[in-house]
Amino acid sequence: MSEAIGAATAMDSGENISAWATIKRGAEISPELKQGFWGTMALALLGTAGRVVVPIAVQQTLDKGINGPNGVDQSYVVAMALLAAAAMVLTGISSYLMTARLFTTAERGLATLRIKAFRHVHDLPLLTQNTERRGALVSRVTSDVDQVSQFLVFGGIIGIISVGQIVVATVIMLFYSWQLTIVVWVCFLPLFGSLQYFQRRLSESYGTVRQMVGQMLSVVAEPVVGALVVRTHAIEDRTQARIDDSIRRYQAASTRAQGLTAFSFSLGGLSGGLANALVLIVGIWLGFDGQITSGEVLAFAFLVTLFVSPVQMGTQVLTDGQNAIAGWRRVIGILDTPADLDDPGTTGEQLPHEPLGIAFDHVEFRYPDGPPVLIDVDLEIEPGTRVAVVGETGSGKTTFAKVLTRLMDPTAGSVRLAGHDLRDVGFASLRRRVVLVPQEGFLFDSSLRDNVLYGDLAAGTERIREAIDELGLTDWLDGLPHGLDTRVGQRGESLSAGERQLVALIRAHLADPDLLVLDEATSAVDPALEMRIGRALEALMSGRTSVTIAHRLTTAENADEVIVFDRGRVAQRGPHQALVAEGGIYGRLHASWTAQQS
Amino acid sequence: MSTDPATDDTLVDASRTTLMDGFRVLGVAIRREPWVFTLSTLGSVLFGALTVADAWVLGWSTDHVLLPAFRTGETSAGLLWAVLALFVGVAILRAVGIVARRLGAGVMQYRMQAAYRREVTSQYLRLPMAWHQRHPTGQLLSNANADVEAAWAPIAPLPMAVGTVAMMAIAVAQMLLVDLTMAVVGLMVFPLVTVATLTYQHFSSPLFTRIQALRAELSEIAHESFDGAMVVKTLGREAEETERFAAKANELRDLGIRVGRIRAVFDPILEAIPSLGVLAVLGVGVYQIQHGNAGAGDVVTIAYLLTIVAFPIRSIGWLLGEFPRSVVGFRRVHRVLDEPVRTTYGDATLAATGTGARLEVDRLGFGYPGGAALLDELSFTVEPGQTVAIVGETAAGKSTLTTLLTRLVDPGTGRVLVDGTDVRDLAPGQLAGHAALVPQTAFLFDDTVRGNVTLGEDVSDEDVWAALRTAQADGFVAALPHGLDSRLGERGTTLSGGQRQRLSLARALVRHPRLLILDDATSAVDPEVEARILAAMRSTRADADAAGSTLVLIAYRKATIALADEVLFLADGRIADRGAHEDLLLRNPAYAHLVNAYETTAAEVVAGE
Repeated sequence: MSEAIGAATAMDSGENISAWATIKRGAEISPELKQGFWGTMALALLGTAGRVVVPIAVQQTLDKGINGPNGVDQSYVVAMALLAAAAMVLTGISSYLMTARLFTTAERGLATLRIKAFRHVHDLPLLTQNTERRGALVSRVTSDVDQVSQFLVFGGIIGIISVGQIVVATVIMLFYSWQLTIVVWVCFLPLFGSLQYFQRRLSESYGTVRQMVGQMLSVVAEPVVGALVVRTHAIEDRTQARIDDSIRRYQAASTRAQGLTAFSFSLGGLSGGLANALVLIVGIWLGFDGQITSGEVLAFAFLVTLFVSPVQMGTQVLTDGQNAIAGWRRVIGILDTPADLDDPGTTGEQLPHEPLGIAFDHVEFRYPDGPPVLIDVDLEIEPGTRVAVVGETGSGKTTFAKVLTRLMDPTAGSVRLAGHDLRDVGFASLRRRVVLVPQEGFLFDSSLRDNVLYGDLAAGTERIREAIDELGLTDWLDGLPHGLDTRVGQRGESLSAGERQLVALIRAHLADPDLLVLDEATSAVDPALEMRIGRALEALMSGRTSVTIAHRLTTAENADEVIVFDRGRVAQRGPHQALVAEGGIYGRLHASWTAQQS
Repeated sequence: MSTDPATDDTLVDASRTTLMDGFRVLGVAIRREPWVFTLSTLGSVLFGALTVADAWVLGWSTDHVLLPAFRTGETSAGLLWAVLALFVGVAILRAVGIVARRLGAGVMQYRMQAAYRREVTSQYLRLPMAWHQRHPTGQLLSNANADVEAAWAPIAPLPMAVGTVAMMAIAVAQMLLVDLTMAVVGLMVFPLVTVATLTYQHFSSPLFTRIQALRAELSEIAHESFDGAMVVKTLGREAEETERFAAKANELRDLGIRVGRIRAVFDPILEAIPSLGVLAVLGVGVYQIQHGNAGAGDVVTIAYLLTIVAFPIRSIGWLLGEFPRSVVGFRRVHRVLDEPVRTTYGDATLAATGTGARLEVDRLGFGYPGGAALLDELSFTVEPGQTVAIVGETAAGKSTLTTLLTRLVDPGTGRVLVDGTDVRDLAPGQLAGHAALVPQTAFLFDDTVRGNVTLGEDVSDEDVWAALRTAQADGFVAALPHGLDSRLGERGTTLSGGQRQRLSLARALVRHPRLLILDDATSAVDPEVEARILAAMRSTRADADAAGSTLVLIAYRKATIALADEVLFLADGRIADRGAHEDLLLRNPAYAHLVNAYETTAAEVVAGE
């Protein structure tokens, strides 16, 4: 249990990296983002230059062509209009190219990020262990990525253009008057200075917002995921109160963040007003010295507006960026959480297609900071043996099954199948040869056929029917309204819990493994059917190794060998009759079982 | 879950009327938040007016301060202070306008989101279980989250757009006053921008609609895939699952790129139109000046006004751009909100007698749509304090029966009566106050152990521990790091299936229900522990007065069945036989075969050896 917490903490610790580190790591994960980056930047600069040229041409026309000292100068107006039009075409083309490129790289890069994160989630231990965290994981591969993509394509364009425009405007201002340029920059210095402070505050605010979103999503899911419990205990009011509370907190956090955003955004305008006034005043003063003309001062005042709007847009983009980077960090947090198991991949060893012998070599398993769950398990099981595992709740049976099928690695010692250390076997071969059927038969919202195909993607209808017949389930299949094409519903809920287990068994049978591990796989079917399946499974298990975890001792009675777990250790092992005679834990379990049968 | 073709068609139709519908959605928000809307709009209008005023300040400063100063070579401190005061004053007021506009828009947007989230979730709580079973979890979650957000997204640019309209009105009036001819030329800009924006909408709307649907599909796939992680892992199907997810993610990517191309075309066009307008004004202006119809200052004013208004016009584009998503989101949310809650309640109440309830099932019939009847003319009675076991084959309809008894689902025909009252005539909350169902699969909340047992009711720790003791859950709860206060869920402890079932049982026991229904609720518990649970339940029942709670058990295990006063053998949707367990064993071979299966098999094994 604490393993999940450990991994969750690791996942969240990734959320503390800086914005710059996030972007760098993000670009590493999605190399597409870097493709043609400089080309896009060059186009952006070109587009920006054009953007500034147009208003300046217009300004020049007004100033010199119409309002000039010699009255209206028609040829000047025409020349300037043509120049402006040409600039517009150039700007338009570069703007088109830049936007198209930016969308392409951003969308490609983020699709990669999304898919990589999705794949990685399946390698994380928390998924199989902590059912309650799934909603949060889903939001990482969906809405968090969406947020980054929205920002990159929309905020990205504005951000790039804004920076470019600030640079270009500064250059042109310098061309007119370096003194006035300094005046403008001095007016904006307090703004730039305060930026860092506001960004930190905003980053905190949006961090809180993201946190509140997470909590809200989890609570809002309750009436949907827990619909049954809410109704059976009529706790609608309590559930609604919890939801209202989380909604209120999210709303309050968002409003606070929005207030801060609005305030910081408004500051740019103040600097702009001050700059405008000072440009006129200092301009007049410079004019007395004959260093500047009234036209130039006016042109300069005009340039200030070209400077103010990108500064304001830029701060806005930075703010949106805080939110997007928080989302990006969350996705990267997943990818940077180490998977609990390393797949040696194609270079890994292959398991032979034959009954597999099992060897546990002084295996210990413990969750981080927890007491050991398996202690010094040291045993060998011959190929082709049918083994039953019994023991009380918490004795380590399920952990044994998980370590045996490499859903978890032992913390000490090793597990070998047919002489291969499990850690050296490629997952493709491992999952092909070793199949675990868990207690909860999870089905996908699709047809029965699609669900059993999870066992063997290549199986045709004939093979599926054959497999169902071999398990003695043809009667059941024929009773279903649409046979193999029956829809099973959400999580298979159109079927009963027992039927879901049947589907899981058919799946496992189709998979045709050499080691079959059943973890209370028939606990929800009726006794008569369970016995029938049990007999069918026995027939199928000939020629394979099988390990069955059971709390019904009938299974143990039929096994070649019984292994009894007690507080993480193997307490007893041997054939049923011998163990009954031996007494001990098994004797007690057997007595309790017999008592219940009477 | 793919959208069926019919829905796709409606969506395409929808995009044609998106504009009108978008305004209608906004109308809903404005009617619900008139004051915030007014405040933010006033802020925006203030901002717009002051943007125009900025031009006036510049003009005034030029005419009265700058030009005289350059002409005469002197100026006064008073005039310079006036310049400073005017510019800074306008800037401060403008800042106030910005804060009012943006904060107002935010407050309005978050309020609407919060209100709709509350409404959707409370509708989820009202709608019957059958409705929930018909709708995918992922879809319902996105209705409450992504769709609500999309529906109210246009509120953010709304005040700015309204302010822009006001600013345009002021600018247009000013232009008309200055020079009619130039104004008309300049005013061509506004319809052109509108046409360009609408054309952009026309091309991009269907794509945005599709993108939104794809996002929902993607989220559903992720949900399901992570839900079924155990299957995916144990059968090594990670690659196939990733492929399934990637197919949608890539489709989403390609649509995003297409949207980008369209935007790339329209962005520069939208930007060029106002500039072209200015150039046209200049051309006409030159002509007007040469013919003495206008002064140079007039041209400057009109050109300047066009430049100022040009950028904010695009906020109208942003507003319209949010419409398709908004309309689709609004519709998806309303599909839930407008779902009629057909569950009707009466006002009958049950007497809190402290003894067991009397349960009567009268000719009950039920079948899922499109399937054969699952239950047919089912009738039986359970007297107060009696324990009845319902036994039947896998998929015989036992779980369905429990949902009918607790009114999670209403029957097709027949009635369920508790203490002689049809459960449909009971006031809301009455049945749950007297009856409790412990389902096969336990659901735990993201809450503490105590919260999961009490579910918010005022129950003493003593009672909680007593319930945990009966459910044999006291041992592992005491061993948790914080005992009753240990947190389960998102960042908390993970429990095993058997432990979860026992908490779920304790949750029912702590309420001392007069009718307790256990649907194979101890299936994941060891036989030994189960025996202890049953023994504890038996003894607490013995402690209470003679007629304790009425107990209905769905069970396979003989020990569980043995607890029952009577056994109902369910087959073919009817009660095939009923009576004491021993009697049924003797007289009903089918029943004997079902419940004796373990022993029979064991006997065969022994005989075979």
